Amino acid sequence: MQASIQLPDDPKLQYLLRIGDTCLILGQRLGEWCGHAPIIEEDIALTNMALDLIGQARGVLTLAGDQCPQDYDEDQLAFLRDERDYLNPTLVELPRGDFAFTVLRNAMVATWLKLLWERLRDSSDAELAAIAGKALKEARYHQQHAADWVVRLGDGTEESRRRCEAALARLWLYSAELFEDDAVDAAAQASGLGPAASELREPWLAEMREILDAATLAPPAETTFRSSGKRGVHSEHMGYILSEMQYLQRAFPGGAW
Amino acid sequence: MSTTNTEWPLWEVFVRTKAGLDHKHCGSLHAADPKMALQMARDVYTRRSEGSSVWVVRSDQIVASDPGDKDMLFDPADDKVYRHPTFYKLPDAVDHM
Repeated sequence: MQASIQLPDDPKLQYLLRIGDTCLILGQRLGEWCGHAPIIEEDIALTNMALDLIGQARGVLTLAGDQCPQDYDEDQLAFLRDERDYLNPTLVELPRGDFAFTVLRNAMVATWLKLLWERLRDSSDAELAAIAGKALKEARYHQQHAADWVVRLGDGTEESRRRCEAALARLWLYSAELFEDDAVDAAAQASGLGPAASELREPWLAEMREILDAATLAPPAETTFRSSGKRGVHSEHMGYILSEMQYLQRAFPGGAW
Repeated sequence: MSTTNTEWPLWEVFVRTKAGLDHKHCGSLHAADPKMALQMARDVYTRRSEGSSVWVVRSDQIVASDPGDKDMLFDPADDKVYRHPTFYKLPDAVDHM
């Protein structure tokens, strides 16, 4: 059994893990659709997106590993951390749900990542800026593809609309976390590494409203509920997805094929 | 008795591998409308860097020759060798015509 790795307390590392883990965990969730999507064309599209996200996670986690004195590689960071050391927002770890839930979450996350990558192209870290330049193209497509589905389902049949509304009511609760600042954001803003979380709130809301308008759906009212995944405090679903992801590396340390 | 059609229409996909080459037919897929057909074509047929441009067209919009007319339409061309420009002496410089 492979022991968990320990991470230094470093705001740059944490900023990078919040991004890298978002891509890693959502990529894993989308992979769960492989062989299960409603039509084969969409099955391929969802797994394409999963692989784009895993690719983005690899870039960001490699850079994150460089920030650690132990010089961890992408695999150690992806597979050998304890749950509390994963810093993705809770939104992406929620179970995949039905197809409406999946495409709505994809639209929310892709819109957020697109806005983030746009700004990270100007990062003071040249490597992060380069990753952002490549990832932005992928995020633009993910947003378009997911938003199209949200519009089709929201403005579709009685059943598709009902499922879309249910997904929206649940997912929207978890969006507030994306835009909450803390010391990690302050450090990133000061060093020019990247934007503070709150900077993306208004542009994200504007783009989401446009998508929801076209789908004849209305954004739910704000609540006081706050999820806390990006501070390492996850939902009950996180342990299960991690055990599935980590099993092989823990059982066969360093295993590769 | 009325039946509801739940099957999306079929589309033919044409991919151009790089600028200057022709779009080539590479397969078909089901999609609800042109926008979805283009996205699906991108996802299904250009995953391994096959394309720089994609066309889609509704399969029912293609007018095809009848396979039963094959003999009538195409066999008569077989013995018209003089239609091929093979009787010209080409300069060596244009060897690969």
